[in-house]
Amino acid sequence: MKPFTYERATSPADAAAKAASIPGARFIAGGTNLLDLMKLQIETPAHLIDVNGLGLDKIEETPDGGLRIGALVRNTDLAADIRVRRHYGVLSRALVAGASGQLRNVATTAGNLLQRTRCPYFYDPNQPCNKRQPGSGCSAIGGISRQLGVVGTSEACIATHPSDMAVAMRVLDAMVETVRPGGATRAIPIADLHRLPGDTPHVETTLEQGELITAVTLPKPVGGVQLYHKVRDRASYAFALVSVAAIVQPGGTNGIAWGRVALGGVAPKPWRVEAAEAHMKQGAKAVTAGLLADARPTADNRFKIKLAERTLAAVLTEARG
Amino acid sequence: MKFDTPAATNPIDQLKVVGKATDRIDGPLKTTGTAPYAYERHDVVANQAYGFIVGSAIAKGRISRMDVAAAKAAPGVIAVVTAENAGTLGKGKWNTAVLLGGPEIQHYHQAVALVVAETFEQARDAASLIRVDYQAEAGAYDLAAARDGAAVAKGEPDSTVGDFTGAYAAAPVQLDATYTTPDQGHAMMEPHATIAAWNGDKLTLWTANQMINWGVKDVSQTLNIPVENIRLISPYIGGGFGGKLFVRSDALMAALGAKVAGRPVKVALTRPLMFNNTTHRPATIQRIRIGATREGRITAIGHESWSGDLPGGKPETAVQQTRLLYAGANRLTAMRLAVLDLPEGNAMRAPGEAPGLMALEIAMDEMAEKLGMDPIQFRILNDTQEDPEKPGRPYSQRQLAECLRQGAERFGWAKRNPKPASMREGRWLVGMGVAAGFRNNLVTKSAARVRLDGQGMVTVETDMTDIGTGTYTIIAQTAAETMGVPLDKVAVRLGDSSFPVSCGSGGQWGANNSTAGVYAACMKLRQAVARKLGFNAAEPQFADGHVSSGGHTMPLAQAAKDGELVAEDLIEYGDLDKKYQQSTFAGHFVEVVVDSATGEIRLRRMLAVCAAGRILNPKSARSQVIGAMTMGAGAALMEELAVDKRRGFFVNHDLAGYEVPVHADIPHQEVVFLDEVDPISSPMKAKGVGELGICGVGAAVANAVYNAIGVRVRDYPITLDKVLDHLPEMT
Repeated sequence: MKPFTYERATSPADAAAKAASIPGARFIAGGTNLLDLMKLQIETPAHLIDVNGLGLDKIEETPDGGLRIGALVRNTDLAADIRVRRHYGVLSRALVAGASGQLRNVATTAGNLLQRTRCPYFYDPNQPCNKRQPGSGCSAIGGISRQLGVVGTSEACIATHPSDMAVAMRVLDAMVETVRPGGATRAIPIADLHRLPGDTPHVETTLEQGELITAVTLPKPVGGVQLYHKVRDRASYAFALVSVAAIVQPGGTNGIAWGRVALGGVAPKPWRVEAAEAHMKQGAKAVTAGLLADARPTADNRFKIKLAERTLAAVLTEARG
Repeated sequence: MKFDTPAATNPIDQLKVVGKATDRIDGPLKTTGTAPYAYERHDVVANQAYGFIVGSAIAKGRISRMDVAAAKAAPGVIAVVTAENAGTLGKGKWNTAVLLGGPEIQHYHQAVALVVAETFEQARDAASLIRVDYQAEAGAYDLAAARDGAAVAKGEPDSTVGDFTGAYAAAPVQLDATYTTPDQGHAMMEPHATIAAWNGDKLTLWTANQMINWGVKDVSQTLNIPVENIRLISPYIGGGFGGKLFVRSDALMAALGAKVAGRPVKVALTRPLMFNNTTHRPATIQRIRIGATREGRITAIGHESWSGDLPGGKPETAVQQTRLLYAGANRLTAMRLAVLDLPEGNAMRAPGEAPGLMALEIAMDEMAEKLGMDPIQFRILNDTQEDPEKPGRPYSQRQLAECLRQGAERFGWAKRNPKPASMREGRWLVGMGVAAGFRNNLVTKSAARVRLDGQGMVTVETDMTDIGTGTYTIIAQTAAETMGVPLDKVAVRLGDSSFPVSCGSGGQWGANNSTAGVYAACMKLRQAVARKLGFNAAEPQFADGHVSSGGHTMPLAQAAKDGELVAEDLIEYGDLDKKYQQSTFAGHFVEVVVDSATGEIRLRRMLAVCAAGRILNPKSARSQVIGAMTMGAGAALMEELAVDKRRGFFVNHDLAGYEVPVHADIPHQEVVFLDEVDPISSPMKAKGVGELGICGVGAAVANAVYNAIGVRVRDYPITLDKVLDHLPEMT
């Protein structure tokens, strides 16, 4: 671990200002990902700004009937919140499908959104990786890629975003609230938070240097049957091969009035293609064809396409009741 | 004590302490976190510095230049050790590759440097400042590609009986199938770790090592110092599974670091280093051919296995069990070894049998189906009570058929529908599978020293190790039984090279041999006690802390009132293991469910019925078996070191990438031990169980998956991508 300095921020704006002005500064909250990466010297911050004490750990109802989730709300608390369980079931289900009880007790809402990929080549500093060392190349392409992305990837990077929570938030049309270094705030649709890798896979979000996530807001409940189905090699404590977050309103033709779906484990960000949802009544095959139309799988992970389709089919069957 | 005739009735047969389900005597230390593991021994020597190992970034080639100046100048750094300043080093008998690489590199993450600093973090930081330039060379990393160039390994000739080729060709029912098992990692909880301290030319290593005496000899051979100058201390070990049978780079680099730094140094391998720096279970390709009559009698059985290792390495002996397990007049077993430049292949829990049975016991299931027979009936029909390669050489005990019969009864085998993909519960397809478990019982000499003090306390000292198996407890039970004292009057001291040389922990030989050695020493102590107390009669009785003979009874402690009595002895064996084949047996039963949509495979029930001689402590023996069953489930469903065939290393080198079962994967497990004593094996009449528990489990899972969905996966692990294309259509 490289030596680093540490301070506790006094306010969100203070944190953002300091993070923008101090070279090599990083925010730290739960630390479940950052500390691991620091031990491997993949992240080498010169300065840590602790944002745990900023009062961002509350879940509040918004005037329009939605929910405002503080950036520092722990995954366990968010999953257990009665309002989340009652009205945003897909989020609660996604959260408890992730990590382990111990990690969820510490991991935060914003930290979960900003966690980095689990690509094994990213984790091995001896190996070329454009995300870790821009311009060095991608070892995963042509290497071991069974876990990695099939869509939204590029010639420079095929890593996936590992979050379960973010997939549910994507299907819920969450907004990400931030404060910028100058003190101004903004709200970013979650669809626009994560960037696709293109030829700059090291630039993972649209956040500015120093910009701090303060909350995630959920619109007022949309109802429907809300399911999260995570498929993995072992029953717990594993990243998704494919996950499906879905909100389905039963009824109408083919048992489905309308539906929304996002996929995890297949792309550099939670993967949702709204246009594909128009095919929901036609079933999983049609929806998946739209979702993964631009897929470019490797030989190792081609199975994810069929797996996504079958998992969605199972979810739709369950949702119809 | 020479053991060369079958055991008669002896003090162990009293079974007052031995054979009783007993909590482990070291349990309170473990559960309170006070059992001292190697890296935590802050108290044993002052002024410990921290070492951090740098592993090679290439798999094969040479270091062309190494710059350690920045590391040496970094804060807190005391010393940097590389091949350039380490002096002339030898290589241990049990190591294939050298433990400190440079300039030649033999495998990925081979140690190339150690940084010693005041703190761990300083050492790690400085390690990242070492600049190494490599000249990479092309290597061989793909077993399938290297298969055709594989050769017969030294000391492992083909074994043939009768005319396999002719009998197979003539057999009315034939199976010819090829199976693969992947490279696997031990992935034990405690990483390899050592504290090294020099006192003049004498070296002490507090380490985590299963085989103390092998370790002393290999340290001697590597550092070129006499064995008398080396002491290994390893009283508690956080799991080994064969990964700690040998001295590894933590021990060597700690010793070298301590020498250069002039003060004690502690080194632990980081988790990402463990998978490529140390040893692993090598991948195999196995071809099995079975020919049988229409009635199901095997007339020809052939098993060939290909594996790879570094130059000078050994094959994975995956055909061993096929030489012994089933009858059949015409037999062929052969192993071929390819040179691969992957990290060193070596023993992992049940080397040979574990991957061998993963293949053989699927083949038996396939053959039973071809014959239209129940797979249990097929196995029982081809059971044998003698070594099928050496007719007339009997098994000491062989209750495989009984294991299978009892298992079938308990598991509800009759409810299984033999037609695949015919049992369904909602979205889950249900399947049941069976496999035979088989692992040999190895006998090897083992010594112990026993002390009796004036309080009647019996202390056992032996360099035997407890790698989490329960050795402390069975040794205490043995001493308590033999000396006629309660368990709390026995103290056990293990894992120190200043104690008598034991068999060590490996190959499931530890329990039987180490307790037999303790029994031998206790019998000698009984003689000393009898002499001291003036009992001249042939056989005084030792019971309840007293010694009785001819109507006289005296407290045991009385014998040591003038000073401690000490006895030392060893068990050594004649040729009973030549006259008799000694093995352990199991019937493994598994029920799985497969998600008809996603192909996810989940275990629902597991049962092992074991026949393994006298069970010394049913509680710790059961723990060994359920742990091994869990490991077998991992081998079946998820464990695979993923080889990057371009760069020559195991990519998934941490516990996020190398998946082993978690609690949610492991369902109801039941273990049954058949009532068995084996007087051929030792005075304890016991055998091992720690490896039997894994042998056959993988195939039982594979066979259950086949029964559930009708897809025969012959390439482990059985992951959902291998079955997805064969699942029912979704509506």
